[in-house]
Amino acid sequence: MSEPVLEIKNLNVGYGLGDQAVRAVRDVNLTLHRGEVLGLAGESGSGKSTLAYGLTRLLPPPGVITGGQVIYHPEQGAAYDVLELSDQQLRGFRWGETAIVFQGAMNSLNPVHKISTQLTDVLRAHRPEMSDAARNARAREMLKLVGIAADRMDAYPHQLSGGMRQRVMIGMALILQPQVVIMDEPTTALDVVMQRQILGQLIELRERLGFSVIFITHDLSLLVEFSNRIAIMYGGRIVEEAPAAAIYKDSLHPYSKGLLGSFPALRGPRRELTGIPGSPPDLKGMPSGCSFHPRCPKAFEPCSGHIPVLGRPGTPDGPTRSVACWLHPAEQPVG
Amino acid sequence: MKYLLQRIAFYLFTAWAAITLNFFIPRLVPGDPVQALIAKFQGQLSTQATQSLYVLFGLDKDKSVWQEYLDYWGQLFHGDLGLSFTFFPTPVSEIISDSLPWTLLLVGITTIISFFLGTGLGVLAGWRRGSWTDGLLPVTTFLSSVPYFWLGIIAIYLLTGPDSFFPSSGGFDNGLVPAFDQYFIPSAIRHSVLPALTILISSVSGWILSMRNMMVTVSSEDYITVAHAKGLSDRRVAMSYAARNALLPNVSGFALSLGFIVGGTLLVEIVFSYPGIGFQLFQALGAQDYPLMQGVFLIITISVLVANLIADVAYLLLDPRTRKEG
Repeated sequence: MSEPVLEIKNLNVGYGLGDQAVRAVRDVNLTLHRGEVLGLAGESGSGKSTLAYGLTRLLPPPGVITGGQVIYHPEQGAAYDVLELSDQQLRGFRWGETAIVFQGAMNSLNPVHKISTQLTDVLRAHRPEMSDAARNARAREMLKLVGIAADRMDAYPHQLSGGMRQRVMIGMALILQPQVVIMDEPTTALDVVMQRQILGQLIELRERLGFSVIFITHDLSLLVEFSNRIAIMYGGRIVEEAPAAAIYKDSLHPYSKGLLGSFPALRGPRRELTGIPGSPPDLKGMPSGCSFHPRCPKAFEPCSGHIPVLGRPGTPDGPTRSVACWLHPAEQPVG
Repeated sequence: MKYLLQRIAFYLFTAWAAITLNFFIPRLVPGDPVQALIAKFQGQLSTQATQSLYVLFGLDKDKSVWQEYLDYWGQLFHGDLGLSFTFFPTPVSEIISDSLPWTLLLVGITTIISFFLGTGLGVLAGWRRGSWTDGLLPVTTFLSSVPYFWLGIIAIYLLTGPDSFFPSSGGFDNGLVPAFDQYFIPSAIRHSVLPALTILISSVSGWILSMRNMMVTVSSEDYITVAHAKGLSDRRVAMSYAARNALLPNVSGFALSLGFIVGGTLLVEIVFSYPGIGFQLFQALGAQDYPLMQGVFLIITISVLVANLIADVAYLLLDPRTRKEG
């Protein structure tokens, strides 16, 4: 495996302070390696988006990061903790090193400015030495890269379709050649054909430009196809992390199995869709022990008492994966 | 362009309807201005004089309403608004052109100052939500709900008096002749301070509140998060992304308030006996002075329509979504 580019260590994110606080992300350890696509899956409210907002410090109030580290390894120079950056350093880090494509494809662009203005104001903020002509040329280049004719530069967002807008956002995300691109359900607002087209394009661009991707979605079938590794979140914690094929073929955590059982396979014999009984946990009143145990078909007595630690399981492919489940007690904890 | 022409046609139609109503409504009011004038001259008018007054006012009973209506339009196009009853025989157009500048200067300047000040403060209060600026909100809510004529009465009660710097009524000192000289101008400014402050204090709060609320609404839009994620400076996000979008409803509100400059502050002018157009309307109503009422209503109507047109144009310029293709 290649060297890490982003290491999340014991990250805790909550909404509100004091007794009323909701802990949306709990003790998350996750490493993104250079050039890989890391999928992050889970139900609504499992903390996927909060994790993404937290690691770029974009949490809207009352969101607060209550602990942990986000170590970023730039291409050159020493690694640093994103959570320690000053406001000015943070502005440089944002988009320059880590760009985000948000889930609201329809509302991510400012309705009163032209596409060109919104592409070039990134350059104006990050590359003040560039000339206007160079900025415009770069913006054109990015539009071409994502398959949009350069004459759409002067269009306003409402004149573009949803798919085109999301392409513009992807082009915008890549304009500063960031090392990490976070995709927060980038295709949820689009139809299935457009989803595949855009993701295919993204993967192709990643091969050409070599950035790493954190791909957040609740659509596990998309992840299995497009990502190298997959992390599954439940109740604010990572419950399983493994190479995409391993998750698909033999996931260890019952929750991952449940997610995989909730969508039909494209090939192979027909099977019954099962789904997961119950509903996602209330983040304010989490069950004791493993937060999944009330819904888990395989729960046994340690599950309700103690929280399982995320660690390497004792399976043959143990070193490449980790899981937090009492069925596969950790031999070596992660983080 | 086609859109604009459509709007202009619409406004012309509205103007026609408004002017027609303007013609009929005073005639529906019971009472007779000639009788009022006779009472004013305390019976010193002969029968012939009374008869010729009826003719002069266009009230001779031989004419049909239709004929009067046509005559009314004919006069309008000549800029002839008739003779005032109260200030007989001064033409209405002269009374209006004397009083209009007072209103335009006093209310116009305060409306513009109030809009820019209020919008600016609203942007600040909306962007720095949760800071000390939130403490201003109850005050602004209170002030925006206070009627400004009441504020004016309080101001007169508290601040004016025989020894006070502020005069309690009028537009300038008695004994001065309106002219651009060193006596008249300071006097006019001194007389306008209280009415101006009254209007400013009560109207600025509305702008602050609406702008702040729009800023708060817009701040939760996705493109604001994107702008932050893009690493743009806080100032740029606040101005070019948040305020630029939050401004749109306020701009149309501003254009409409420009239309109400002429008629909207009638009560302030009455409270301060300010020689503006609202005060003239007040006097015209008391004396059943049809021509003056019609004249003032005409001016108010036209200014509201023009302001609406300005609002449409401003919206076209500011919001690309309202521009039609082709």
